[in-house]
Amino acid sequence: MRMKQLALGVALAGIMAAPALAQNSIFVPLLTYRTGPFSNSGIPIANGMHDYLAMLNERDGGIGGVKLAIEECETGYKNEKGVECYEALKSKKPVVVNPYSTGITLALIPKASVDHIPILSMAYGLSASAQGQDFPWIFNPPATYWDGLSMIIKYIADKEGGLANLKGKTIGYIYFDGGYGLEPIPLLDQLAKDYGFTVKKYPVPPADMQNQSGLWLNVRRDRPAWMIMWGWGAMNPTAVQEAAKINYPMDHMIGVWWSGSEDDARPAGAGGKGYLSLNFNSVGANYPAIQDIQKYVIDKGNSQTAKDKVGDNFYNRGVMNSVIIAEAIRNAQQLTGKKEVNAEDLRRGFETLKITPERWKELGLEGFAGPVNVTCTDHNGHHAAYVQQWDGTKWVKVSDWITPMKDKVQPLLDAAAQDYVTKNQPWPKRTEACDKSS
Amino acid sequence: MDLLYQIFVDPFVQMGTAPDLLVQTLWEGLVSGVLYALIALGFVLIFKASGVFNFAQGIMVVFAALTLVGLYEKGVPAFLALALTIVVMLGLAVLVERLMLRPLVNQPDIVLFMATFGLTYVLIGLGEIIFGGDPKVMIADQLYLPRGAIDVNMLGGFVSLQKIDIAAAIIASLMVAGLAVVFQKTRIGRALRAVADSHKAALSVGISLEQIWVVVWFAAGIVALATGIMWGARSNVSFALEIVSLKALPVLILGGLTSIPGAIVGGIIIGVGEKLGEFYWGPLLGSGIESWLAYVIALIFLLFRPQGLFGERIIERI
Amino acid sequence: MFYREAGQYKTSYAADQAIFPVLQDRLGLIAILIVAFVVIPLTGNEFLLQAVMIPFLVFTLATIGLNLLTGYTGLLSLGTGAFMGVGAYACYKLATIFPQVNLLVWVVASGFFAAGVGVLFGLPSLRIKGFYLAVATLAAQFFLSWCFIRIPWLYNYNISASIEVPTRTLFGIPVTGPTAAPVTRYLVVLSIVVVMTWLASNLVHGRIGRMWMAVRDMDIAAELIGIKLYRTKLLAFAVSSFYCGVAGAMLAFLWLGAAESESFNINQSFLVLFMVIIGGLGSLTGSFFGALFIWGLPIVLRNAPGAFGLSITAATVEHITFMVVGALIVFFLIVEPNGLARLWQIGKQKLRVWPFPY
Repeated sequence: MRMKQLALGVALAGIMAAPALAQNSIFVPLLTYRTGPFSNSGIPIANGMHDYLAMLNERDGGIGGVKLAIEECETGYKNEKGVECYEALKSKKPVVVNPYSTGITLALIPKASVDHIPILSMAYGLSASAQGQDFPWIFNPPATYWDGLSMIIKYIADKEGGLANLKGKTIGYIYFDGGYGLEPIPLLDQLAKDYGFTVKKYPVPPADMQNQSGLWLNVRRDRPAWMIMWGWGAMNPTAVQEAAKINYPMDHMIGVWWSGSEDDARPAGAGGKGYLSLNFNSVGANYPAIQDIQKYVIDKGNSQTAKDKVGDNFYNRGVMNSVIIAEAIRNAQQLTGKKEVNAEDLRRGFETLKITPERWKELGLEGFAGPVNVTCTDHNGHHAAYVQQWDGTKWVKVSDWITPMKDKVQPLLDAAAQDYVTKNQPWPKRTEACDKSS
Repeated sequence: MDLLYQIFVDPFVQMGTAPDLLVQTLWEGLVSGVLYALIALGFVLIFKASGVFNFAQGIMVVFAALTLVGLYEKGVPAFLALALTIVVMLGLAVLVERLMLRPLVNQPDIVLFMATFGLTYVLIGLGEIIFGGDPKVMIADQLYLPRGAIDVNMLGGFVSLQKIDIAAAIIASLMVAGLAVVFQKTRIGRALRAVADSHKAALSVGISLEQIWVVVWFAAGIVALATGIMWGARSNVSFALEIVSLKALPVLILGGLTSIPGAIVGGIIIGVGEKLGEFYWGPLLGSGIESWLAYVIALIFLLFRPQGLFGERIIERI
Repeated sequence: MFYREAGQYKTSYAADQAIFPVLQDRLGLIAILIVAFVVIPLTGNEFLLQAVMIPFLVFTLATIGLNLLTGYTGLLSLGTGAFMGVGAYACYKLATIFPQVNLLVWVVASGFFAAGVGVLFGLPSLRIKGFYLAVATLAAQFFLSWCFIRIPWLYNYNISASIEVPTRTLFGIPVTGPTAAPVTRYLVVLSIVVVMTWLASNLVHGRIGRMWMAVRDMDIAAELIGIKLYRTKLLAFAVSSFYCGVAGAMLAFLWLGAAESESFNINQSFLVLFMVIIGGLGSLTGSFFGALFIWGLPIVLRNAPGAFGLSITAATVEHITFMVVGALIVFFLIVEPNGLARLWQIGKQKLRVWPFPY
């Protein structure tokens, strides 16, 4: 398949002109990773992001009649590569950058406000960047890591019969030992103090993602009542398998939304049954828009997606990422009256972005995800998510939509944003005006 | 005082009060040690015969496993895929010898070491182009590898022995035994040992260096395949496995670069040492010490025996 | 034709022993410096400066550092990434504790911290040699990487465990942080690299360099002629780590603007080792070639399909890049195991007698 594409590319070399940037287009670069130890998580997301935008081009001729110029840049989940991609893409006037890596996001946050390019880090990156007042160029809807953690705690409390019953319980936290996994810890410690449960932390070093048996022995000794997982890449399937090995009750192990791919749970076989994970988009291909992707993109061979992977959780996650971009572009077009919006316009488009349930329906994605509501001051929305369970072959929704504990998250967000700004003095003051949401 | 208690007393108290966990930890250490040893074995084979520190052994593990699973996914029956993979590894050995080793004969060690880095890159690119970067599930069932666990009730608790781990230990022992027999008893084995002793002397008695190199790289390829199947069955087959193979390096130097028993003993010391360390002393340091503990263990041994436990004594003359 | 030394008479020993004895070489060096200091800043676009030149120079410095250790003293190290990290974290701590002091002072001072850590992890080299030592330095690599995450004090208790570089100015012009223009940062990096290369050149051509090389060629023989091994080896570790530390501080402060533990992982160590060996062991010129080759080649390869109008997916390009880089490493080692520096020398030699070789 890949060889064929390659051969095709070479064969077409002479025929095709260099259409890197056609005149009438909006340039949407996608930072992706299809190589390296994180490719298992990166590939489906890259496919979803690419395919939805490609579908808009094929089906609607772009957005508002303007074609989207899509270009992938391979980062391999490495920060240097990500920054290099950003620099290379910057000269082509991208309207938005989505780094798809917490590390790359952190490196790009200071640059964004200087270069005036909005950054979309959908439910990853710096939690504090939800504060629009301090981070006018960064957007991380629909929920931050801290929202996610508070939702997990709420779910656990629900199963235990109320937050009061958390007292005296032990909750384990297994996480990727890097910025991504460390981010939720302040809130976790805070909640532990507030509700009287004990937290046991199990960090997984990047070099030992596939070698976790020692850590899981600790889990077996400590017998935490619940396990929370903040994993990514090759760490996820290994953790699920190790949990199954020590006979940990899988329905008491709950991953964040980045630890919920089909490929994370499947390798554990029957042992993975019951594994829980948080999610904010739906799984499955039974949506008109996704059928359109099948029809316009995949069936025509313009995608790298394998047919049976369409509708997988992370594929849909990628689609959702692209829906947010597309809707922001459309919103920006309405707001400015221009067709070819630029990065500044798109920032305004993001800042007044609203995707209501009706709008999801119009998009052909009814019930695909909860409403998204970004405002000038709140670049996140702190939206609800739900818990899904692996039944051995597919994900099944097992809870209602859970709202985050805003009262716990907000003070931390304020403090963290304040901290970031003081540490990075002189941090540019926000000069961008707020738009009325349309 | 409290800290001293936690370092020197508490772990042993824990060992005493929960002996089942101690046994389990030792078992886990043993199994990962055997798996490290398998990777190290590939290194040793090549180093012995050609003096090449083959950094590409790690990626050969991934490549072999990917080829196996990739062929199976393309519709080849499991055992035919296994056979074909062995053929692929043979082809790789021939190519490496022709294109890389032969032109680099007589170059300093570091140049050969560097060349295997080049090989690593080529194999990463090639593997991803052919099979894609998405992870694959190892075809353990199709190869009749056992799944599930045996829970042994003992010492007031239970010890869970994964069947796949038992299989890994058995296969590793068989492999080592097989290699030992080949080295000691067969004509080619004697030739291998002769080459390991001295390239020039071996050449002068009519041993073909080229042939020997193909043989050892092929043997290392088969060891890589076995390792790939075992690690793959424990998690999945992806390029991340390459990182795990770095753990073979401390095993290797601990055992001595040229010793097959050294690789096994070193593997077990490192495996057991790091699991015990992580389990009993890791929480004191905030866990996750496994990433460096193996190297520190190896370093401590090296300070006393600079050539590793079983390595050939380094004799230097002016 | 133009590259002739005929008629250039040496009238003193100093002239004869000069590093660039031929006039044309000196002119060439001046020309390169003019291009680097004047032409590139004036004509280069942001991508060239930010994604090609700055990383190239940062890696050159790290390569020189490792080359002093591996190429000149013969001690193989795989801990370069970690020593770079020590520099970066030391610089970050110093810059946040004493914000009033000029940042450049701290970039250079951070090298001393790296040197100290380097000496500590260099101690086993007194007993262990060759590949055994290489693996022993991996202990430094993994232990320090772990420290960079597990000691929150190092990154000022940042929630994301990363260091974020604040804006600092030099003569009123911002040199770090997002507002610093790439040109400014480039010039700062370039100046540091030029000065430190000059220092390294003096070091290796002097007594210390000769001691290092004696140890490299045979340490027992060196000991017999009165060179103290432990001092020499540890000094090599110290100086090497100093260079790596400064490179690391520049990586965080002047190139990426942010760094985390993973920025200094094992792959970084390998990358620098590639540069040393491809460039040429024991050659400062080679360090520049090696860094340029290993850093520049993937960028060229990545942009090549676009330039020819090929449409290949980003991932495929990446895979092909991997293969081509790997194949070229093997190819160059076969053609010239002594690295690009040796090729350069051969080229110059050929040029001398061109067009009438005898």
